[in-house]
Amino acid sequence: MAKHEVLTPIPGLFYRRPDPDSDPFVAEGDAVKAGDTIGLVEIMKNFQPVESEAAGRLVEFLVADEDEVVAGQTVAVVDDGA
Amino acid sequence: MKRVLVANRGEIAVRIIRAVHDLELEAVAVYSTADAEALHVRMADEAVEIGPPPAGRSYLDIAKMVDAARATGAQAVHPGSGFLAERFDFARACEDAGLSFVGPRSEHIALMGDKARAREAARDSGVPTIPGSDGAVDGADAALAVATEIGYPVALKAAGGGGGRGIRIAEDEAGLRSGFAQASREASGAFNDPRIYVERLISPARHVEVQVLGDGDRCIHLHERECSLQRQRQKIFEETPAPGLASETRTGLVEAALELCNAIGYRSAGTVEFLVDAKTGEFFFIEMNTRIQVEHPVTELVTGVDLVAEQLRIAAGEPLRLKQADVVARGCALELRINAEDPTKGFQPSPGTVEELSLPSGPWVRVDTWMERGTKVPPFYDSLIAKIIVWGDDRQTAIERARRALGEVVIQGISTTTQLLAELLREPWFATAEFHTATLEAWLEQTRGATEADGGA
Repeated sequence: MAKHEVLTPIPGLFYRRPDPDSDPFVAEGDAVKAGDTIGLVEIMKNFQPVESEAAGRLVEFLVADEDEVVAGQTVAVVDDGA
Repeated sequence: MKRVLVANRGEIAVRIIRAVHDLELEAVAVYSTADAEALHVRMADEAVEIGPPPAGRSYLDIAKMVDAARATGAQAVHPGSGFLAERFDFARACEDAGLSFVGPRSEHIALMGDKARAREAARDSGVPTIPGSDGAVDGADAALAVATEIGYPVALKAAGGGGGRGIRIAEDEAGLRSGFAQASREASGAFNDPRIYVERLISPARHVEVQVLGDGDRCIHLHERECSLQRQRQKIFEETPAPGLASETRTGLVEAALELCNAIGYRSAGTVEFLVDAKTGEFFFIEMNTRIQVEHPVTELVTGVDLVAEQLRIAAGEPLRLKQADVVARGCALELRINAEDPTKGFQPSPGTVEELSLPSGPWVRVDTWMERGTKVPPFYDSLIAKIIVWGDDRQTAIERARRALGEVVIQGISTTTQLLAELLREPWFATAEFHTATLEAWLEQTRGATEADGGA
């Protein structure tokens, strides 16, 4: 069982949903595929997706919706079950 | 009026505080915790923290702005540009709180913020709008009838969305029939709304806008600005006068803008935007911006009118001091926007700390900025960090001065668009002003393509 950290390459504000009226991209405990978008980071009015590199189960988010993040920060943990 | 709350941040907040001080009034700044050390906070006579970095909980929070104005004894609120500047509910909240809103009346912000109503207001005052179907058409046959009336080529656009998706160009009847089905399918997929409207295609087109000032009773214009050089609908360069306009087009534009503003009794500074057909000189109303604009300094340099100071005087209840005959434009002014972005990496935003800084000055060079050595450019807001505005007695002189000014720029620690602007100023098509709204993106495509080819060789 290996845990993978999902990092944001850029600083900004982290969002768990595509827009305020939508459901989160993924909930804690949900399965994710490699390349799945798990959140967005807003930087200078641009929105960039944060993707999981690993497939598995998203164990937990380490930052809350609309939290400030710095470049390289871990935003979530994915367990590949292996 | 003694104190003015400046409900904004960045270079526009600094610009407004300067006008407030020029009129010997006091300025109150607001700031999110990300901007606690920013220049506008230190320049103001008083500053109020209004919340955490997310704009929704600070610079976009109407209640906090009104509370800050009340708590500091401000009589007026200047919204700047961006954030709450074109929110009619903010203007209304200020009006309701007995604060003078340094801008138009809230109903005019609401009117111009509604695309369909704005277009109707323009047409009612005799201002040309882009010929088209006026809303969605009922099927391909109806689209055909409209196209026959307005003439080809036409653009088929999604009624339910924007951003270029669902747009098809039709050159003739056959193209319209096939394009309509495609556009409708694409609109359906993108916006869950298959409705299509038809408009005459204006291409190539220039984006030209007219600066106006009004006091609610009377309006004047302060000539036009050329703003065609845009990337993803963001302007990076503006100039006045607009080069290559026939004098009857120029006259027609400013008269149309005045007709619209006089018809509604517009108050404060505003900008009426037009699309000008580059081949025929025909022009069409696009929208009206009910705020001071980023590019306002070029108008100030050629007319000698301080637009922000005039806004403040009007907000204090003074009648417009200027008559149309007082507004004389002299020479040429250019504005170059320096953004914290990396043009070599797809314009990726580049927040960070400004480690080294040297900005141009000298004859006829103005720099509007909030940057200092050590400034931390936060990732939360707009990427505009400085505007370099130059004046020359003709366009060629202004371009040479702009080249000199850009050559003096040193910004280290973050990536900026400075070098890209310097390259732009060296382009022959720029020197002869042979450009339109699609030119900048085509040029970027071409030059970036060339860079990649070089790298591969």
